This record gives sequence, structure tokens and C-alpha cells, in this order.
Amino acid sequence: MTDTAQPVAFPQDRTCPYQPPPGYRPLREARPLARVTLFDGSPAWLVSGHGTARRLLADRRLSTDRTRDGFPVTTARLAGLVRRTTALLGVDDPEHRAQRKLVLPEFTLKRAAALRPRIQEIVDARLDAMIAGGSPAELVSAFALPVPSMVICALLGVPYADHDFFEEQSRRLLRGPDSADVADARDRLEDYLGDLVDRKREHPGHGLLDDLVCQGVDREQTVALAVILLIAGHETTANMISLGTYTLLCHPERLAELRADPSLLPGAVEELMRVLSIADGLLRLATEDIEVDGETIRAGEGVVFAGSVINRDESVYPDPDALDWHRPARHHVSFGFGIHQCLGQNLARAELEIALRALFTRLPGLRLAVPAEEIPFKPGDTIQGMLELPVAW
Amino acid sequence: MRHDIGIDHDLCIGAGQCALTAPAVFTQDDDGVSALVPGREDGGGSPLVREAARACPVGAITVTPRAG
Repeated sequence: MTDTAQPVAFPQDRTCPYQPPPGYRPLREARPLARVTLFDGSPAWLVSGHGTARRLLADRRLSTDRTRDGFPVTTARLAGLVRRTTALLGVDDPEHRAQRKLVLPEFTLKRAAALRPRIQEIVDARLDAMIAGGSPAELVSAFALPVPSMVICALLGVPYADHDFFEEQSRRLLRGPDSADVADARDRLEDYLGDLVDRKREHPGHGLLDDLVCQGVDREQTVALAVILLIAGHETTANMISLGTYTLLCHPERLAELRADPSLLPGAVEELMRVLSIADGLLRLATEDIEVDGETIRAGEGVVFAGSVINRDESVYPDPDALDWHRPARHHVSFGFGIHQCLGQNLARAELEIALRALFTRLPGLRLAVPAEEIPFKPGDTIQGMLELPVAW
Repeated sequence: MRHDIGIDHDLCIGAGQCALTAPAVFTQDDDGVSALVPGREDGGGSPLVREAARACPVGAITVTPRAG
């Protein structure tokens, strides 16, 4: 790195919720790897090229274990947090593989297909309630959040009646004001799920957590899996529904095309996943020196994968900023790549297809209730999505 | 084109990307592990076989054109 090339700051806030921050422009021009500066001034590698991202995300020399010294931290909110192990996405193999194997049968394509009728019921019921409440409505709280929240509750065997509690803890975990708040939210969530697992031991019901208890998986492991599945299971999909809806309403021609030919929907979901890149900053730590594209990532250096840049690599996606339902978007890295690729991706695809199809079919006149630029969205240091989405019809 | 298709079950993480891409050739068993659809072990001439291998996040699928 030369003195003249100022490293780009990472992360930055988006100025349009479906576009990368304008400040990431130099990263697109410096593919496939760049140097960035994190909030505390520490340096990290930023992967911006699509092929390089796929190679490195599949490279076992990059660790996802957040308890390791030097693991990159991208926000002051999490600085000083006593680092605790996060199941699945925060552990390396062989532990990761053993954990994933325990829960994998519930997340196959077949299971996602079998859950479609239940997802449709949930979507229809939430839309009925929202429509009964009259126009305008706030789509995040009325639809985008409750749908995936109810789906993951049904799948895990968590009572949806407790949703105010766990949605609040999840919000604090991902966007709490400081590390003490984040740690407190995690404690509360673990206590709640620990009590739930204890009750299931006495009175098993029907859900993945009940299955784990019945298989003899220990309490600590079951709670750790429950925490990550509950959070990942509703936050991400909720953000995709809200931001996907906003994006479609901001692109009336693309929306009209989709309405005219519903068979485009699965491709549209992939394209929205690519363009929106809501998990915009996957983190890894190099455990060995890695030679890649003429550079050497040294052991102990942090590596950041910016989906909003990787998924707009024009060598893979011509005219990358355009929404195009016909392009083969499937190889995006929005679900990650390598051993940690999203466990719930097949469920997420089913939820997004069903939710978006029903929303735009039931409400042909759906529109933003206030000017697009007035609607608040999430800051750059967390999963991207709308904070609110006022809609009318 | 017929193929020899190999699935490394020690690598497979059950992402289901092969079965999503080429459902006529790949499936997942009840544990989520990738498997070939019975009778389609040679890919059945599907042009999607290579795409399925490329979609695999852990490179567990190898595809080799079958001679003759």
C-alpha cells in the first residue's frame, strides 16, 4: 500500500438502502482485493472480486472463530465485548460440521418444500390482519418481521407468543447501543431458551429443539443452536422482505414485469438477494499465510467480504447495478460460500417467494405511503434492511 | 454428454445447491447429504450437471465426461 492510496473505511452507511455506499466505489475499481480501515483504525483485507471471494470463503485457512485474538471487529458497538462462541457461524470444523449435522435434516430442500403450505397460511393470515387494519400500514411490524418469526418459531418449537421478547433481544444483539447492551441481550435470550429447553425435557413437543432434546443433545449445545437459529431465522428474512418490497416499489417497471409473468419470481428472488446483499461484511481471520491473486494475506490478518461489491463484479454480472430478473444470479455470495454457506437458504427462498407473491397479488395498488427518501433504514454496521416501511394501497 | 459424477460425502455440508440447480440428477437424503437420483448416475445428459458442481459451496462434486 502506498501513502497516496488512502484505504477505504469499512463499513460505511448506505445512502440508498439497495445500493452499496458511494464510498465503496474505489473498492469496485480495485478488485479483487483491497485494504480497508476498520472503525478503530486497524487495517483489514477487503475481498471485492467474485472469484476470489468464492475461493477464499471456501479456504479452511480462514477462521470464523470470533474468540480468536485479532478477529476483526467492524463496529465500536461491539468493541470490548467479552467474546463468546456463537454456534455454527462462529465455529470452525470439525465442531462446525458436528453442529450442522444435528440440525441439517430440518433445512433440506425437501423440508423447505414441505413447509410451503404452512408458510402460505402464515403469510395469508398476516396479510388478512394487515388489510383488515386498513391503509396505510407499517409493513415491517405488520408483515416483514412476523412472517419469518412465525415460521422459525414453528420450525424450532418456540412459542410465538413470546415474540415481543425475543425480537427485542435480537434487535439489541444486532443493533444495541454498546457492548454491555449486546451482552445483556444475549444473556436474556440464553436464559429464556435454556428455560424453554428444560421445559421440553419434561414435556417434549414438536419442533427441532424438541428433537434435539429427545436425541440427547446436551443443554448448552441445544441453547447455543437455538440462539443462532432463532436470530438468523427471522432477522435476515425480515430484512429481505422489507428491503425487497421497497426496492420493487422503487422500480415500477421491474415490478410490472414480475406481475405480468409470475414464473420470473424465483429468479427475481435470487436477483434481489444479489443486489441487496443484506449481510454486507462477512468476517474471517487468517490462521496461516495465504497467497491469493499476487498478494499475501498474513496469518493474524482480518479479512472482510463485502457482498455489495462482490455481487456487483461486472466480470460475472454485466451491468451489475441493474435489476434483471432474466440474468443467472444464482452464484451470488449473499448466502456466503464454503462450509458456512447459509443453513436456512432453502427456507429463506421459499419464504421470500411466498411472501412477495402474496403481497403484490393481494394488494395490486401497493405503494410507499411517504416519499422513498424519507423512509429510514439500517446503518452500515449491521444487517441491511428497512427500519420502517410505511405502505398504502 | 454422459458424465462420471463424484460426490465427496466427507465434504458435503448439505446446502442442497446441487439438487436446487439440477433436480433431475441430484437429490438430498433424509440427513441432508447430497446423492444422485437413482437411474441418473451418469447425469442423464443434463446440461445443468456442471452448473450444479459450480454451485456447490465446498467443491464436493466432480464431473468428468465419460469416454465414448
